Amino acid sequence: MIAPYLTQKTWLHRVGAGHKLLALAVISLGFTQLYDGRGLLVATLAVLAFYLVTIFGHWSRLRLYAPLVPLLIGIGALQAYASGWELAIASIARLVAMILLADLVTATTPMLKMMDALAPVLRPLRRIGVDENQVSLAVALVIRFMPVLLNEWTKRGEAWRARTGRRPPLRLLAPFVADILRLADHVAEALDSRGFSTKRSKD
Amino acid sequence: MFETRDIVRISLFAALIAAMGLFPRLDIPLAGGVPITLQTLGVMLAGALLGPWRGAVSVLLFLLLVAVGAPLLAGGRGGLGVFFGPTAGYLIGWIPGAYVTGWLMQKTWPGNLFLRAYAAALVGGVLVIHAVGFCYLAWKVGMSLRQAAVADFIFVPGDILKALACAYVASIAGGDRLTRLNVPKQPS
Repeated sequence: MIAPYLTQKTWLHRVGAGHKLLALAVISLGFTQLYDGRGLLVATLAVLAFYLVTIFGHWSRLRLYAPLVPLLIGIGALQAYASGWELAIASIARLVAMILLADLVTATTPMLKMMDALAPVLRPLRRIGVDENQVSLAVALVIRFMPVLLNEWTKRGEAWRARTGRRPPLRLLAPFVADILRLADHVAEALDSRGFSTKRSKD
Repeated sequence: MFETRDIVRISLFAALIAAMGLFPRLDIPLAGGVPITLQTLGVMLAGALLGPWRGAVSVLLFLLLVAVGAPLLAGGRGGLGVFFGPTAGYLIGWIPGAYVTGWLMQKTWPGNLFLRAYAAALVGGVLVIHAVGFCYLAWKVGMSLRQAAVADFIFVPGDILKALACAYVASIAGGDRLTRLNVPKQPS
């Protein structure tokens, strides 16, 4: 698995997450206003060059785009058939440019910085009863639950395979879901008994 | 707004959706070995078992993690780029999809739990998600709605199978005596 975040530092890593997100929003707005086919193509090639220069040397990253290629070809073919080549190329170019730019932000911004950039957006949610502490607890729990779930599922799958010699069927999913729901309730009880009360944090 | 138990369950299903992108492929009868991502099944289950609000929040939490750069979508994709792609509508559609599934699950209809869950998953998990998905696709790349619907249709049969799987799991896991799940108590 190739992680979206690029660990080797590039100059874009030093730019603040908020600025990058703002730039992304402005540029994406610009692209939707760009209708001239040739201009669009030039802009897209510029974005592509910018992208390649920034991730220079980390070519394995390009493999992330492999699943996108047949999709883009399909869309392009369908559009060329229905409304002509020029429109097809224009819409593909627009898509490619925006995906590359958005990916650059992800590639050069660590997850924690991104969460920090989100904090001012989350703060007004307090008024409708969403606490930032609850959000961060939820995020931490998702990250903690993932390996637990995978482990638990693998264990069941292996037990099934050892007894039948076949791949685990869908039938195994039902008791799995029932058991992980029970696990979640235990975790909630443990959290509550250790003083994490959502009711108390309100006042 | 949410109690600790709700927050933990919301996180659990967000993690389940994430894990389903990584599960070694399950054998789904009838699918004929076509590899299909199970993540939509996780979305349907979140709606069916957690209820409309908690289900939708669970999906939102998952998408938030994807947006900030966690490689949680099937095939290890993630990051903001995903939301600028042509198929972003299918991801956004997960939120109303989970909501509608959970909402329909709460309606008392004749028929057993399995049929009710199947109907809910079909409308919420297949119809709503695909509707949002292909409308967005049409808008994003400037196709006509009909063209987008045709392109979309290839993926419908797989999702109908997932709705079946969701109904199966929800009718068994939900029939368990778990407290305060979305599923109303069944006379046994």
